Amino acid sequence: MALDQSFVGRKYPPTPAYEVGREKIREFADAIGDPNPAYRDADAARALGYPDVIAPPTFPIVLSMRAGAQVAFDPELGLDYSRVVHGEQRFVYSRPVRAGDRLTVTVSVESIRSAAGNDLLTTRGDVSTADGELVLTAYSTLVARGTAGS
Amino acid sequence: MTVRYDDVEVGTELPAQTFGVQRVNLVMYAGASGDFNPIHWNERFATAVGLPNVIAHGMFTMAEAARVLTDWAGDPGAVEEYGVRFTRPVVVPDDEKGATIEVTGKVTEKLEGNRVAIDLSARSGGETVLAKARAVVRLG
Repeated sequence: MALDQSFVGRKYPPTPAYEVGREKIREFADAIGDPNPAYRDADAARALGYPDVIAPPTFPIVLSMRAGAQVAFDPELGLDYSRVVHGEQRFVYSRPVRAGDRLTVTVSVESIRSAAGNDLLTTRGDVSTADGELVLTAYSTLVARGTAGS
Repeated sequence: MTVRYDDVEVGTELPAQTFGVQRVNLVMYAGASGDFNPIHWNERFATAVGLPNVIAHGMFTMAEAARVLTDWAGDPGAVEEYGVRFTRPVVVPDDEKGATIEVTGKVTEKLEGNRVAIDLSARSGGETVLAKARAVVRLG
């Protein structure tokens, strides 16, 4: 059954603050095998004009995927998560995430579509500091295969 | 290396890179990202749900492709937008070779504010694994 269109625009409460640590950034950079010094060495990051080490461009998925689970597992929406694959991902940055940031994610439902028998759910996560500075927006599209009927 | 906006034209190619992926990389990525879906580390589970083998996290592939952008730009914080569509999985066998992801990129447009639009291509096992892989990067 197709997902309920009335969920489009629905906004979920901001997530608790996530404090970005230098060692978490290093762990993530190690996991993607990227030796870039801007992710490990505060002096290298300062030379680029940042106050502390910065995170790789895809690091915000650590926060935004967890936040998006509010929608994906919302029992009212009824997405069949066993059939879900990650279809698309996009980030729009105001600045890079950096060590010391305290970030919350406010998730909303951007769009709900059906295509070729699949349900496509796009969520938007606005990632902001505790002071209200928007750092980036993450858009994720989940595809539930074969759940939209014919 | 620092790339300057004035030195870049539409069609300028970014240095291509090939990234190896072995099972250990997926285990590390699962831990670092918090995505413990067993299709990314458990062959028994992956094949039971119809996959040919364990597959890489789409976000792992997206992260590798981004390295072509960030290594070229010099400043990883210069990436202003980055999006992809996941088309096919990167299948990672449990052997010494694992899989490889081949990434190329080129400038498609020069934008105002010293920014450029870039299209990336990512292939593994002869198949395109990312589509609509596009970024906007600010140059010096």
